[in-house]
Amino acid sequence: MRGKYVIAGIGHTAFGRLPGRGTVSLNVEACRNALADAGIDKALVDALFVKVPTSRYQSMYGQTLAEAMLLQPKVGGVWDQGGATNISMISFACMAIDAGQCDVALVSLADDPKTGTRQAYEKAWGDDAVYGWFSVAAGYAMTMQRHMAEYGTRPEQFGEIAVAVRNHGANNPHAALRVPLTLDKYMQSPFIIEPLKRDDICLVSDGAAAVVVMSEKRARELGVRAPVRILGFGQGQTSYDVPYRPVLTETMAKVSARTAFKMAGVAPKDIDVAQIYDCYTIAVLMTLEDYGFCRKGEGGRWVEGGRVAAGGELPINTSGGLLSETGMPGMQLVMEGVRQMRGTSVNQVKDAATCVVSNQGGIMTTHSTMILGH
Amino acid sequence: MSFPLPEPTPLSQPYWDALRAGRLTFQRCRHCGHAWLPARAECPNCLRAEWAWTDASGTGRLVSWVIYHHAYHEAFKARLPYNVALVELDEGPRLISNIVNPQAGLKADRPVTLKIEEEHGVALARFALS
Repeated sequence: MRGKYVIAGIGHTAFGRLPGRGTVSLNVEACRNALADAGIDKALVDALFVKVPTSRYQSMYGQTLAEAMLLQPKVGGVWDQGGATNISMISFACMAIDAGQCDVALVSLADDPKTGTRQAYEKAWGDDAVYGWFSVAAGYAMTMQRHMAEYGTRPEQFGEIAVAVRNHGANNPHAALRVPLTLDKYMQSPFIIEPLKRDDICLVSDGAAAVVVMSEKRARELGVRAPVRILGFGQGQTSYDVPYRPVLTETMAKVSARTAFKMAGVAPKDIDVAQIYDCYTIAVLMTLEDYGFCRKGEGGRWVEGGRVAAGGELPINTSGGLLSETGMPGMQLVMEGVRQMRGTSVNQVKDAATCVVSNQGGIMTTHSTMILGH
Repeated sequence: MSFPLPEPTPLSQPYWDALRAGRLTFQRCRHCGHAWLPARAECPNCLRAEWAWTDASGTGRLVSWVIYHHAYHEAFKARLPYNVALVELDEGPRLISNIVNPQAGLKADRPVTLKIEEEHGVALARFALS
């Protein structure tokens, strides 16, 4: 399947605070824009994969969205792996098309935790709330502390990641947060849950994004303007809650990446640009290690000296990621991977021919990897 | 302002009852010997339902910890900053807890000892740095 399927179009809404819209409306706008970008008619769509919104649970949401677009897809419904869902759905779309189950798939995500509820991020963890154990951020902080203790990773090294990504976002007119960051400002950023500082933590945003998936052959027949090849994908589900992971500093991202790299027939050294899920800086650091860009425990030293910033050896999150472009869980990274391969990013990496994209959900609970390339 | 108290189920009630009686317990599978927390109906290792509540020695190590500078619940505002710790018992199971003497020096893998404390009428499994 290597290179046989493409992302034919991408589309998104504005990012930030979008009161009064609701996720169905946001999804429809993103799908409309993705179809327009692909230059194809809605009537060709026969599959609709949707990520379940976190702000309001609704049974059979995938069918509600299909109805809102007068679609009766052959393959359709919601999938829930948190932020890993997007890439997983894109890979399921490829597999479904390959199996002859459908022909053209829309893959969409919308959420509105900014104007709706952010309960998903701030919730109590069952009976452990009696000890004060609340929020998603706390699980990342617990993991970060262990990484620092085990490998001597320093705050400034997490700061390198935040500074690089925030400065990429400052260049992006669509980014929700365009204030650049310096290492000094990062170090002065207040603790939310120590060792996590405010500037280690992503935005909370409303918004939607969608992509169109089809075979490379179909894209040629339809005259799609700028299809981008999917070279490989893989998944790995850590699944255990943070307290019950035998090793805190390693996740199934490793397995996910191994599967994707093998399918694509490339190695980390062949990657020109990366979009790494940056809900928290520790997630980026551990993903770079688990993907094999450096050895386990060496992520802190590896990101030093601007290696992941524009102009560095491996620029990451070139549109600003979750820390700056939008807190949306993951699809902005897929879209930016497509732009880098098309050569249209606001922080374009010269001659970029391969891009790895990571998506993950929960507290590094789920993981999905995709490799795009020429 | 309501404090977030545990909500024991028929399955977890013995755990909270034992803490009230001064004992920290965990489940051990009679079939494969696997030990675990929190309460589950089946052994997550061999999937059988033959297990017994077993007394823990009360000693373990500090795996990791965090310090809250922001309260996600009204009831914790007054105690900021406060720590939440991840402790691994010598018998294997892990649990979320608090360290009662953080001034002794929070450090990964430091040995800890059980110190049951009562709060809002509930006995809690907290730990002291040894």
